[in-house]
Amino acid sequence: MQQRSSTVQEPLADSAYRPTPPPAWRPRTDPAPLLPDAEPLRVLGTDAVADADPALLRRLYAELVRGRRYNAQATALTKQGRLAVYPSTTGQEACEIAAALALEERDWLFPSYRDTLAAVARGLDPVQALTLLRGDWHTGYDPREYRIAPLCTPLATQLPHAVGLAHAARLKGDDVVALAMVGDGGTSEGDFHEALNFAAVWQAPVVFLVQNNGFAISVPLAKQTAAPSLAHKAVGYGMPGRLVDGNDAVAVHQVLTEAVARARRGGGPTLVEAITYRIDAHTNADDATRYRADGEVETWRAHDPVLLLERELTERGLLDEEGRRAAAEAAETMAAELRERMNADPVLDPMDLFTHVYAEQTAQLREQAAQLRAELEAEGESR
Amino acid sequence: MTTATTGAAAAKAAGRTKPATMAQALQRAMRDAMAEDPTVHVMGEDVGTLGGVFRVTDGLAKEFGEDRCTDTPLAEAGILGTAVGMAMYGLRPVVEMQFDAFAYPAFEQLVSHVARMRNRTRGAMPMPMVIRVPYGGGIGGVEHHSDSSEIYYMATPGLHVVTPATVEDAYGLLRAAIASDDPVVFLEPKRLYWSKSEWSPEAPARVEPIGKAVVRRPGTSATLITYGPSLPVCLEAAEAATAEGWDLEVVDLRSLVPFDEETVAASVRRTGRAVVVHESGGFAGPGAEIAARITERCFHHLEAPVLRVAGFDIPYPPPMLERHHLPGVDRVLDAVARLQWEAGN
Repeated sequence: MQQRSSTVQEPLADSAYRPTPPPAWRPRTDPAPLLPDAEPLRVLGTDAVADADPALLRRLYAELVRGRRYNAQATALTKQGRLAVYPSTTGQEACEIAAALALEERDWLFPSYRDTLAAVARGLDPVQALTLLRGDWHTGYDPREYRIAPLCTPLATQLPHAVGLAHAARLKGDDVVALAMVGDGGTSEGDFHEALNFAAVWQAPVVFLVQNNGFAISVPLAKQTAAPSLAHKAVGYGMPGRLVDGNDAVAVHQVLTEAVARARRGGGPTLVEAITYRIDAHTNADDATRYRADGEVETWRAHDPVLLLERELTERGLLDEEGRRAAAEAAETMAAELRERMNADPVLDPMDLFTHVYAEQTAQLREQAAQLRAELEAEGESR
Repeated sequence: MTTATTGAAAAKAAGRTKPATMAQALQRAMRDAMAEDPTVHVMGEDVGTLGGVFRVTDGLAKEFGEDRCTDTPLAEAGILGTAVGMAMYGLRPVVEMQFDAFAYPAFEQLVSHVARMRNRTRGAMPMPMVIRVPYGGGIGGVEHHSDSSEIYYMATPGLHVVTPATVEDAYGLLRAAIASDDPVVFLEPKRLYWSKSEWSPEAPARVEPIGKAVVRRPGTSATLITYGPSLPVCLEAAEAATAEGWDLEVVDLRSLVPFDEETVAASVRRTGRAVVVHESGGFAGPGAEIAARITERCFHHLEAPVLRVAGFDIPYPPPMLERHHLPGVDRVLDAVARLQWEAGN
């Protein structure tokens, strides 16, 4: 070879070492605009509350009170054996409800198994929302009717669905936004990474909401990630990360509304981390005293989302004793109705086992269906 | 006479019919489906500009645009997971998994969501999508490029598992798979990608719906039951066996799920003997299921135990040794010889 390869540098005349970037390298956008603020956004207790719509504040309060009652009622139903399991969101009601209320009717929600309240706040029948947890079927509603994906049990696997749906909607020319919810533990899953990467590359209209409630069952955040915050992860994908006080319903609503609006106008995805705390155990089957101290729980009780909003509204003259009582009564009515409906045994048809495996039953499934039918008939006769 | 035959004859008369490869037939199937139905989207790693590493998606991005034939980030779970969301919004994604063993990261999406979305939503949200997986060995691929992973898919309720063995079927079955309202794992035998036939792309024939096996060679003395890459092996073995006085029937399953028990049972009842041939491992492999079903349904017609000729129960071997692993004509003929059970015992 006579000619030198172009990648080999001639020695510099002045012998100064001046490294050059590799050929394919190009300067990246300044990551600073993508980085979250050092402190989570708070609105309650600041002058910014004055900018909030009083009607929205009252609605948030009523929904929070109802959500708190829903959590208590569902937990009670597990003790009565009416629910197989209930992952409570007591303490997290602000994230659940304020996020759901940031969506328009045409938007889609992709909840995890813990996000029953978000689905109910979006208008889903409270009993249908509990179908999975009662165990009478896997999903109790038509996802297209409510634009709520089935409550997802595997962690973070619903996030790429949200990206794909939002991408498809944009391809069809619809200005639909998808909100995908995940817990702090879920951010360690590969699907979390892949979903965020796809969303950023495709500039899909998606908002990812991480509810950082401190624990993945028993594992604390410090053992889950070494990142400065979960919102920091956004920068690596090329999307903005936002930090918000997850117990401040007004702040959550504001951050989510901004992120949804940004996605809708073609600005691409946002990763929001809401700092919150799970007051109850992971589920009724969990013993939280094994991994966390009472003192910690008490600290968070003082930062309760319902309490914070109630104080703020009372101080601003937007809520009085009558308003509090009206919200409590509405919540109690909801709970009574939920209790009554959940106490009725669901009517199940065992033949449904074979109905929706394929569009058309295979020969093998037809045989198995015939076997079960015969067993049911024999059972009926022996009674 | 069918229009397909007429078309092929017309094309031949015009001097246009050239031997077409299975890869070309698959490409044509996607092209025709995309032209007919704007909701069909092809997606995967390298499927766009490059046209796929096997060129199966060649030209689709150019013809239909990158929104319809999309180069995705390199992440199989992400590819399949986003396809789920697209199907939820009414699109029909056709996903390429590039190589058999590269599909494994997408298994959770496949098993936990794709396969059961219809079931968990009680029919409200079907998953009409095709997951194309080039599979099997015989091309000298290095590790993780030659797995036969069909049994994993077969063991997952909610999935259809389809594998063509001829150029004609490659077109017809892929069209059927794309039209299906259920998710179809479409296994493409990569060592047959360059197999040719006088198939006419100008007048491509549709085939029977998914789930129908076909007798490729009628015979009377035993049935070879096979699919995908092992079909040519079985046809060759059947020809060779005539020298020994065996007249072998060869059944091409075409679809592993749904499984066409009727065609298989009818053949075995006629011949009284059966060998299942495939290149994936024999232990808990597809042949175990098929042999059990034959025994249950045809016990009194059997003159000998149902035998299996399969790959060894080993991780797929390095390319320089794969010829020892893959069931070839001799191994099939050895099994056929062992079918003289009644006489020998």
